[in-house]
Amino acid sequence: MPAPDATQEALSIDLASDSVRALNQRLHESMEPRRVRVLHPAGMHSIAVGLDAAHEVEIDGHVGYYCAGMNKLATVRVRGNCGVGVAENMMSGRVVVEGSASQSAGATARGGMLVVHGDASARCAISLKGAEVVVRGSVGHMSAFMAQRGSLVVCGDAGDALGDSLYEARLYVRGSVASLGADCIEKELREEHLTQLQELLAKAEIDDVNPAEFRRYGSARTLYNFHVDNLGSY
Amino acid sequence: MCGIAGLYTKSPGLQDRLGEHLARMLEQLAFRGPDSAGAAFYRAPAPPGSCKVSLCGDEVDWEAIGAELADAFEGASPPRVLATHAVFVVEAEAAEVQAWLAQEHPTLRLMSAGSSIEIFKAAGAPADFIERFAIERLDGSHALGHTRMATESRVTTEHSHPFSTGLDLCLVHNGSLSNHNRLRRRLRSEGIHFQTDNDSEVAAGYLTWRLREGASLEQALEGCLEDLDGFYTFAVGTADGFAVLRDPIACKPAVMAETDEWVAIASEYRAIAVLPGAQNAVTWEPEPGRVYSWGTAPVA
Repeated sequence: MPAPDATQEALSIDLASDSVRALNQRLHESMEPRRVRVLHPAGMHSIAVGLDAAHEVEIDGHVGYYCAGMNKLATVRVRGNCGVGVAENMMSGRVVVEGSASQSAGATARGGMLVVHGDASARCAISLKGAEVVVRGSVGHMSAFMAQRGSLVVCGDAGDALGDSLYEARLYVRGSVASLGADCIEKELREEHLTQLQELLAKAEIDDVNPAEFRRYGSARTLYNFHVDNLGSY
Repeated sequence: MCGIAGLYTKSPGLQDRLGEHLARMLEQLAFRGPDSAGAAFYRAPAPPGSCKVSLCGDEVDWEAIGAELADAFEGASPPRVLATHAVFVVEAEAAEVQAWLAQEHPTLRLMSAGSSIEIFKAAGAPADFIERFAIERLDGSHALGHTRMATESRVTTEHSHPFSTGLDLCLVHNGSLSNHNRLRRRLRSEGIHFQTDNDSEVAAGYLTWRLREGASLEQALEGCLEDLDGFYTFAVGTADGFAVLRDPIACKPAVMAETDEWVAIASEYRAIAVLPGAQNAVTWEPEPGRVYSWGTAPVA
């Protein structure tokens, strides 16, 4: 789908006077890609959820829960912080958070890219199913819990129990890892991973971080099938 | 789900409008807790040698209670009545007044005691609470508020937050505790008194007990990490400020923000967005298992 016409003037929606529902309906009604600017979000929930066209949405301020949830095709940029579950279950498109994100950022996301320029707190990329999540800062505990596919790139540190019960998602962390979760191990960072990291960082428009400084973590695959010796870990 | 709000002023300019700001915060948190609401205000400290008590009762002749208090002690202020509550300043130590009330008026419920604390709470919608208690008209140095969605026990005024945890201390809680019955039995054997079967009251009782045994507020809160099983974001009001703690799993949300004028905690950012200058505040999520506090020397 084509991007919005660059000459098109952005539609401004002010949440100090319009409701979130009115905003979302405008975005859902138009399959023609639009440029939309959202003013005074004031921490409101469910802003720009369920988009299904290549809109370019810019939000001026902090948002509440589930911003850009279920996103498809659209680019959503938050000029502030996000509450719980930004870009949860994203299918495609791109979500950029210029501030920090609360817990469960990118939860269960299947495709597209989530970039958080600040920190993301607990359970970042939990149950990730294929999206690319890049965090410029650090992530909290239980990040990438049961992540199945996709990549999590953390330029800072990771909290406790990183990648607990991980499936096939790839985790890259540049700083320290407080602890690894059950069945998550460090793996060799090979050429193909360096290439992938370079691509992910470039796509996230982060150019001051050296891909060679990252470590890679993945599943030891010992929890895939029932084994009585693992009983304590299930 | 419940909602927590706390506002600590750094400049006198904001103190006159503390109630107005807390009311706006509680309104934003009403949908997190439609069952009941409450607030603790720290304001107008009683003079040395006097104490302040907040009482709650139905159809009480508060003027008569005031006269009895004035007779029993060196003196007492007339009641300041807010809906079902009344606040008295009594020329005596808080412990003496508490003992007298328990003896003479056992049906009156003591909401708070101390020098500056006043606690008000009621079952019912937060908007009704704000209106009935004229919360917007209250001033003070800092305040905590709560909106409740009951999960563990009944919806009554007694089960509402804040819970007093000692002189000038109170607790508001978002979450649920699973070992509260056993802990309540243990605390009762230590002489801690409970009014309800509410889990949050047990957390308040736990803090009261630890502080009585000589712990600092920070030590008492760190003890929660060991001794309480469950989910919680706590905010504890003290004479000089407030403290915040989230359990290590941190399912229950919290956002903090600070400007040159104020420090605020809320369950959600939307309750901070209503404060003056919020857009330029430093805003962050408190880390799990870490005690944050504002105000010098929270507890002696």
